[in-house]
Amino acid sequence: MTRVAVVRFPGSNCEAETCRAIERAGGSAQYAWFRDTTLDGADAVILPGGFSYGDYLRSGAIARFSPIMDAIRRHADAGGPVLGICNGFQILAEAGLLPGALVRNAELKYLSRPVDVTVERTDTPFTSAYRAGELIRIPIGHGDGRFVAPDQVLDELEAKGQIVLRYARTAASDVPANPNGSQRDIAGVCNPGGNVVGMMPHPERLADSALGSDAGHRVFVSLLESGVAARR
Amino acid sequence: MTWRVHVRILPRAGLLDPQGQAVEHALAALRFPEASNVHVGKAIALDVTAANAEDAASRVRTMCERLLANPVTEDFEIAVEDARS
Repeated sequence: MTRVAVVRFPGSNCEAETCRAIERAGGSAQYAWFRDTTLDGADAVILPGGFSYGDYLRSGAIARFSPIMDAIRRHADAGGPVLGICNGFQILAEAGLLPGALVRNAELKYLSRPVDVTVERTDTPFTSAYRAGELIRIPIGHGDGRFVAPDQVLDELEAKGQIVLRYARTAASDVPANPNGSQRDIAGVCNPGGNVVGMMPHPERLADSALGSDAGHRVFVSLLESGVAARR
Repeated sequence: MTWRVHVRILPRAGLLDPQGQAVEHALAALRFPEASNVHVGKAIALDVTAANAEDAASRVRTMCERLLANPVTEDFEIAVEDARS
């Protein structure tokens, strides 16, 4: 069975839902503590949402120096799947495992609402169960979600297909497009290898059809179907 | 010797600075039309033990590069005050 480590930093608050989403998709979830120095044999690792270290200094800026981050870096360098959701994305960006940075929302407000995103890249271990170009509606909950990077980096991300999710602009939609002002509507990116993915939306918050939609469920199905356990 | 060091961090020029814009609009509403190009950043003050002011500044520059500022989004300036002891 695929074993997925979910990291608990001081201030993480989405770890239980993330474990539940992994288990609903058929995987086995285990917590990793931020002071741990190994992933204890996990096949994949997810950095959940929350407010590690109270978002002091910058979101993710202090958590990136946690002891567990060395193990995560080794896992990523070996091609292992790593997903950062919201604060997890901010931590991976601060750590340099993902490009760019997440800064204060353009309208300065904390946003907790559904958004429409397009799944642009479907050959990552976290998006393979979606169709390319598929439009999904999932929740966001963040104050620092505006993705920024130098123009040259943005051009490179586009050219290399490292944009995984983009806020959708559809005329028919009843939710605002790109609510946080992210450059080029970017909601999720991956590293050049495609094994490290970060996204601001919270798929674990909408991974059970009892909630009216399970649009985020396939993020976890993707991981379990990626054969990551079998490869090890 | 111990030096008092002040770090001033501002959003990278050219990057959208909604806080700066909001403050600028508020200043305009309060009839300070002479204010423009407003930016909001942060200030960090710390004591640093070093042999001289140059070493203190150099160490703080490294601190900025590693932790205090984000190289993607922020610029920083360092000012070393006179020694405290």
